[in-house]
Amino acid sequence: MMNNRETVISVRELVKKFGSFKANDRLSFDVFEGEIFGFLGANGAGKTTAIRILSGLSAPTSGSVQVAGYDAAREPEKIKKNIGYMCQKFSLYEDLTVRENIMLYGGIYGMKKKLIRERTESLLQRLNFAEYGDRLIAGLPLGFRQKLAFSVAVLHEPKIVFLDEPTGGVDPIARRQFWEMIYETAAAGITVFVTTHYMDEAEYCDRISIMNEGRIVALGTPGELKKAWNVATVEEVFVKIARPEKATL
Amino acid sequence: MKRFLGFVKKEFIHIFRDYLTMIILFGIPALLTLLFGFVITNELKDVKVAFLDLSRDEITQQLTDKISSSGFFIRSSDLNSYAEIDQVLRSNNAKAVIVFSEDFGRKLIREGKATINIITDGSEPNMATQTTSFISAIAADFNKELAGTTMSGNLLVQPEVRMIYNPTLKSQHMFVPGLITMIMILICALMTSITLTREKEFGTMEVLLVSPLKPIQIIMGKVVPYFFLSLIDALLIILLSWGVFGLAVKGSLLLLLLEVMLYIMMSLSLGILISSVAKTMQQAIFITLVGGMLPTVLLSGFIFPIESMPKVYGWISAVMPPRYFIIIIKNIMIKGTGFLFVWKETLILLFFTLLFIGLSIKKFKVRLQ
Repeated sequence: MMNNRETVISVRELVKKFGSFKANDRLSFDVFEGEIFGFLGANGAGKTTAIRILSGLSAPTSGSVQVAGYDAAREPEKIKKNIGYMCQKFSLYEDLTVRENIMLYGGIYGMKKKLIRERTESLLQRLNFAEYGDRLIAGLPLGFRQKLAFSVAVLHEPKIVFLDEPTGGVDPIARRQFWEMIYETAAAGITVFVTTHYMDEAEYCDRISIMNEGRIVALGTPGELKKAWNVATVEEVFVKIARPEKATL
Repeated sequence: MKRFLGFVKKEFIHIFRDYLTMIILFGIPALLTLLFGFVITNELKDVKVAFLDLSRDEITQQLTDKISSSGFFIRSSDLNSYAEIDQVLRSNNAKAVIVFSEDFGRKLIREGKATINIITDGSEPNMATQTTSFISAIAADFNKELAGTTMSGNLLVQPEVRMIYNPTLKSQHMFVPGLITMIMILICALMTSITLTREKEFGTMEVLLVSPLKPIQIIMGKVVPYFFLSLIDALLIILLSWGVFGLAVKGSLLLLLLEVMLYIMMSLSLGILISSVAKTMQQAIFITLVGGMLPTVLLSGFIFPIESMPKVYGWISAVMPPRYFIIIIKNIMIKGTGFLFVWKETLILLFFTLLFIGLSIKKFKVRLQ
């Protein structure tokens, strides 16, 4: 069913070496338009390296990486214009107000001021936070900041948004709301590429890949993976993959 | 360009909203200038002076009266022998002793030239410097009066100054150049390194790097506000020291500003380099203070003259960019010399600037690989 959709990320035989260490070992996968793609793996499995390459921050050692129609090795600048990014650490400026933050990021992505203002207002309404528009970020609750950071990351309507552990440290209710926003975004045609440590969140993804020691060892819908490993949850799949070779703490 | 301007604006907001940054930027420079300045221009008034008049003639009497009636000095005691000098200074009964040797009057008449000795308490350098210069001025004035009287045409009383307790005493009037040198390093290097590492620590740097902003724009966005603010600071210090203390710039103001700009660029690139090494703000502060501020204060010749340092320190100071800037700025501000006298130091500063920028770019690229 996914295959009729446009491919927005296409990775073939991606290798990234740091000296003799292979952080990414022959990764190959596709991500389709409007899909929520979960990118899982234990710490040190090579997720961050892969995301850096996909977002144009770092060049692959070999292999082909196409993101939003551009080659990651040759056209990283064009990729950057077509993606959004939100990282695990908080990405808004605390000493700027909500509106100033939105204006700043909108401006960085080359949006017209008028357009930014329009989208700011509709965004604040959607989040029911119209009265907080001129408050400093520093005084706002974490759950709201997180939602705002995500909204800012997709403000310029990118083709793909990369979320690097977006819900770290957020309470369950705010996480739930956050995932509702992810669904809305995906429904609007923006591809969501998300890494997470929460295995219940992995269940929400359309498809997931699990990395271990630089390789993708499992790839498919949560249902397919559970069936193949003959377990009830994605968490159990993850543990079966990550545990045998290395004891993780 | 529009992207860039928005980014610069944001940096200004950061600065203006953080009162601590504002204090560091404007409060400290102004405060230091006033502090240093008042310590030095402390008005001389009723300074106790002892006289040791071994000549006891009309001229020594006139000069003694002139000095005591100037308003700056009080004739606290009359000594009878050289042995008493040390005692009167140590007991704080006098800040300076003026000595007319036995043959003062005779020499003045016969050779047309005689020497008075001014012995000051060097443990209070500012007082000592000022006392000597005031007494010298009074003596010069006295020379003119002498020349105008019926006594022979070109009699000359020459003051001969000797400072005790602190023989290497250097003029402290160098405070403005030193202050500019120190404050520029403080603001430029410290503030840029802090603000860049702050972005790293808060995770906003990741987002900026992934954005279409080019790394050079990110760095320039940090540099531009601090460039202008530190230039304003330099002007503030120069204006304050001119307005409040009457310390005018002797050389070309334009040349001075150009050199200040070069030095600011050097300090900014040092800050960028530090931020590419430091992972946290604390590290950045530590590296800047230990690696930047301390050497500037101690080894650049600001306080301790390089000539009198042990050789090893001299060598270390040779790789301290502030050392060269102090030479430049002293030359322009105090000696009033032109570019011809400072081109070597200017080139060295330029070299350091390019070196720091080159190293930072290299570091930056390595990080991205």
